[in-house]
Amino acid sequence: MCSFCGYAVVLYNEKCSSYHSHMPIRAEPTPLHARAMENLKFIRETMENATSFTAVPGWGGCAVGLTGLIAATLASGRQPAVWLTIWVLSAAVAGVIGGLAMRRKARAAELPVFTGPGRKFVLSLTPPLIAGALLTPVFYKAGLMYYLPGMWLLLYGTGVITGGAFSIRIVPLMGLCFMALGVAALWLPSSWANGCMAAGFGGLHLVFGLIIARRYGG
Amino acid sequence: MAKLNTRSDETDAENKVRQVRQVKGMDSSLDRLIHERVRLGILSALAVNDSLTFNELKGLLKTTDGNLSVHARKLEQAKYIICEKDFDGRVPRTAYQLSPTGRDALERYLNHMEALIRATRRR
Repeated sequence: MCSFCGYAVVLYNEKCSSYHSHMPIRAEPTPLHARAMENLKFIRETMENATSFTAVPGWGGCAVGLTGLIAATLASGRQPAVWLTIWVLSAAVAGVIGGLAMRRKARAAELPVFTGPGRKFVLSLTPPLIAGALLTPVFYKAGLMYYLPGMWLLLYGTGVITGGAFSIRIVPLMGLCFMALGVAALWLPSSWANGCMAAGFGGLHLVFGLIIARRYGG
Repeated sequence: MAKLNTRSDETDAENKVRQVRQVKGMDSSLDRLIHERVRLGILSALAVNDSLTFNELKGLLKTTDGNLSVHARKLEQAKYIICEKDFDGRVPRTAYQLSPTGRDALERYLNHMEALIRATRRR
């Protein structure tokens, strides 16, 4: 009698294994070294998932904030094209400063940037930034320049929140502040646009940069 | 009750044997206590964090309350982890930390796994 389906058989091995597809096939035993590698992989993955990305640079954030304040001062009262150019250049400079500061802090703490939580942080932060960069010429061509600060602040905030999910707790809070400021910039009169940019990319970076530097070491 | 006491005595005896072997450097065999997935996960997660709460570990290891509780207790009995219970407002909170013994055990386990891989490569 087949113990799986009750099929009456006399010779279990011959009948059952040939007529019943549900019969278990004995798997090859896993080699010992393969199990060891599997265990090591499991340990590494658990450690990666349990770690948060702590290489968010505090002083780097302050430097980015200063760049934002300088850009806001230079861009104030300028023609739209000049205003846009100043802010785009400022974003590029801030990106380089932020990237270098993050790499420096990660190296000092012997943390990888492009594996584990660092990779998740970067991969979560960048898509909204890319979306912002792609939407910028569209808004400019459509004559929606006054909505640019709101859109930039909102998308940057989104990136910081999603990236911050893999980092220290204060980072998502910073993203939330950026998003709130972005919403305000969308609804406030256009004369406030540059001020919102200064408050966000300058002020928020400076304030949160200082907090991160003091609490989380640099 | 008598059955419970017997089981507890057995665990204590196993722990003592393990500790004596570790102290004397005799333990070249695989640490069965860590070899289980959930327990290995608990130690690995605690190795990179000062402290983790019960709920944080549960979310991280994607396991149930009962399962995690049983495995954490075994590690606690072996003195591999330290359990602290307090209140977060009115809500009870259980936090775990890796003990020096637990860190040593994890390190030995890692060395054991690496040695196994090296041995196979040499062949």
